[in-house]
Amino acid sequence: MLSSYIGYYSLIIGLISSLLLVYFSLKNFKNYQFLDIKILSLTFLQFLFVMISFISLIISFLLSDFSNETVFNNSHTTKPIFYKIAGVWGNHEGSLLLWLLVLTLFTLIFLLKTKNQPLKYRVLTTLFQQIIIIGFFIFVIKTSNPFNYIFPTPKEGLGLNPILQDPVLAIHPPILYLGYVGSSIIFSSALAATALGYISKNWASHIKKWVLGSWIFLTLGILLGSIWAYYELGWGGFWFWDPVENVSLLPWLVLTTLLHCILALEKRLILTSWVIILSISAFTLSMCGTFLVRSGILNSVHTFANDPERGIFILIFLFSLIFISIIIFFFFHEKNESTNINFFWLSKETAILINNWFMMYFLSVVLIGTVYPIFLDVLTSDKISVGPPFYHKLIAPFLIPFLFMMAIGPRLKWIKSNIENKVHLILALISSILITFLIVKNFNFNFLINITVISGALFLFYITLRDFFIKKNRSNSQKISHFGFSLLILSIMLNNIFSNEIITNLKVGQIFNSSNTKITFSDINQKKEKNYKSIIGNFIIESKNGKTEKFAPELRIYNQPNIITSEADIKTTLTKDEFMTINVVQNQDYFNIRYQVKPFMIWIWLSVILISFGGLISFFKKEYEK
Amino acid sequence: MKLYKLIVIFILLNLNNSFANSIDLNHKITKNLRCLVCQGQSVYDSDSDFANSLKILVVNKINEGLSEKQIYSFLKNKYGEWILYDPELNKNTYLLWLLPVLLFLVGGAIIIRKFNKIKK
Amino acid sequence: MKSKFFLFISLLIFLIIFFIFYKGLQKSNIYKPSVELNNKIPEYSSSLLDLDREINYSDIFKSENYYLLNIWSSWCVPCRAEHDLLMDLSKNKKITLIGLNYKDNINNAKEFLNELGNPFKLILVDVDGIQAIEWGAIGVPESFLIYKNEVLKKYIGPLDKNLLNQIKLLIE
Repeated sequence: MLSSYIGYYSLIIGLISSLLLVYFSLKNFKNYQFLDIKILSLTFLQFLFVMISFISLIISFLLSDFSNETVFNNSHTTKPIFYKIAGVWGNHEGSLLLWLLVLTLFTLIFLLKTKNQPLKYRVLTTLFQQIIIIGFFIFVIKTSNPFNYIFPTPKEGLGLNPILQDPVLAIHPPILYLGYVGSSIIFSSALAATALGYISKNWASHIKKWVLGSWIFLTLGILLGSIWAYYELGWGGFWFWDPVENVSLLPWLVLTTLLHCILALEKRLILTSWVIILSISAFTLSMCGTFLVRSGILNSVHTFANDPERGIFILIFLFSLIFISIIIFFFFHEKNESTNINFFWLSKETAILINNWFMMYFLSVVLIGTVYPIFLDVLTSDKISVGPPFYHKLIAPFLIPFLFMMAIGPRLKWIKSNIENKVHLILALISSILITFLIVKNFNFNFLINITVISGALFLFYITLRDFFIKKNRSNSQKISHFGFSLLILSIMLNNIFSNEIITNLKVGQIFNSSNTKITFSDINQKKEKNYKSIIGNFIIESKNGKTEKFAPELRIYNQPNIITSEADIKTTLTKDEFMTINVVQNQDYFNIRYQVKPFMIWIWLSVILISFGGLISFFKKEYEK
Repeated sequence: MKLYKLIVIFILLNLNNSFANSIDLNHKITKNLRCLVCQGQSVYDSDSDFANSLKILVVNKINEGLSEKQIYSFLKNKYGEWILYDPELNKNTYLLWLLPVLLFLVGGAIIIRKFNKIKK
Repeated sequence: MKSKFFLFISLLIFLIIFFIFYKGLQKSNIYKPSVELNNKIPEYSSSLLDLDREINYSDIFKSENYYLLNIWSSWCVPCRAEHDLLMDLSKNKKITLIGLNYKDNINNAKEFLNELGNPFKLILVDVDGIQAIEWGAIGVPESFLIYKNEVLKKYIGPLDKNLLNQIKLLIE
């Protein structure tokens, strides 16, 4: 159909503009008076055509044009309009088109917003960006074309998976991609700045906003993924250290570290090597993640259509970028920071260095845990699993000193510092430990780890909170984010310790009694909706203090496709979530019931929002003091 | 500051949640087992036939008096190491467990060396 | 000179990683528990479908014959497809078919056999799926070729004509 043709040829035009841009950038590089206006217009044109292509795909989806293979595989005439649109990027080909859209958009924004930067730097960054964009264009056109034509035109599409029809899941990829693509700008920019010897305080101030922006989007994107998993998938968990989850966490860890290093670089021209390598790594890890997820090399919950041929392309592209980066770093980077690296061990510089040290450790744990099974399989053909216990055991002990450093670090001055109010800090530490002791007193299991991690989090919590109210209005963003982090760790730990669960089999009319909960299975409703049948179980839960609540978890049996989903009934309050699911047992007349009490769930989400809010404040802060 | 402490203690004493029996061996074991027919879920989380049978089996084995290690051993025999989420420490996994900590120590050494250089 | 050294090392490390990932792409990521894990048949006992007694595995698999243990259920759709092949195989004197009825309702199971025929000499009953785990099975249908108290081959999923011919060749 027409929209497919327009879509496809717009992509070709986009690719041609990339090639032209490479040519003109090289030309402008040599003749460096003013930015060649052609570069700006071509960048705009490129974005325009990718936008046209994207809109064509949306139109194809909206019109249910099943002569387009992507639409056929991922849509259905009865899908609501909102999900038809969301279906555009909910598949492999469409999501890559979204990548291209954001890539070209950010490249354009970069050119528009850097009018005050040196010309050579702008042109070189554009060049590197175009190399990345060309890679994506070729990848899409050759292996993942969203505009493939199939004949004869099918009457109906295949894509009606109800699990994917969820509002949170619809915006989770775009937000995440904004984070990933932002890191591509940082990548190109860092390479360009290194090659030109432009790594300086000026450059750091300028690139800081991009780092902040990417970081905020990535944080929110990961949050949305967890929220979706918790509310939709029905097992009551929000993070499983699944390879695809880990793969989004890796660039986030790098970006957080980079953010702290940029702050140091901006003030004191140190840690330049760190900044360059981290900038390269952020995007590299994003691409690595794309590779791990879309090539089929790993086995995980998130399934995109896995295709080894695509995997090979991404692999070659990824490692070409790595090789180019390594060569540029080694040949062009000169550390001209020799005069300023004098700082004492008790200073902000040290704190940031220690932060880097710990973050790189966390990064290595997640990275090694995720890719080790691949290495082992290739080298010995043995298959092992690396799951949550591994990550918990290696991360939890190191969180403790990390949390303490987070409380102390921001209070240190540059170059040299005395810790103010040492007595006060020690008292805060002792009270945190005492309070934690009270909380954890009842448990023998994991006693030590729980005490120390919660103490650390409480200490950070208290310190940041106090600093917020007592100290003047400086570095509010850092306080909010650090406070948010302490809240996150606290919520997760308390949620872990105080979670309770009842799993039992019940027939209609049966009652389950435990020491403090009584579950009554009152009856069952059956409903027939447009594309599914539902079985709703009605329960009354009575807790120890006499309070009763009604729950109605649901089972949905879809006919197209033939799957059964479990819709949990979740009641959320500020102090806890109650989570109930019902499941059929094969061939029996009773149901499997799961009732979970999960304290402080909502604080886990709120704390992450708080963390990104801190970043947002910093993003919009005008530079008053310079 | 004393106020802070009192408030927190007061809140804690009024928590209405029943304390978890997180020592529950059954849960601990099934959380560590991979559901082999699912795409990345533990036996504890999954509701598939395989997972449900495995849950019953674990309960039986615990009642028979088998220890956690013995149950893992039994299942490893039937299904291979892949069924365990907590990788055991054997010649295949030394690098897995030790590499991150090694990198941490190397990083620490580099930082200390840097400080010694500055002092000079 | 020092930086050249690091440059060389970095390039080398990444080259190695590249090759490992490249090889990794060619391996399948679906895990099939291999039969080599545990060859001996489990020691267990089970109740039977038609009779009111328990029987030990050691009593079932004792003769010099080949045995095929087939895990099936009345609610399992692929089991219907492979059932004809099982009926065919049951005519072969060299092999005895033993059924393991998995997580099934007794009446439904009997109806299934009435409708499609009974190729099994004995039918073990596994109400909660534990016996299947003792065998190292992950689901239904699954079949085990047994000889002299050892599992020779495991077939995950329904049998088809190719596999059936393979079995027939093996038992000659």
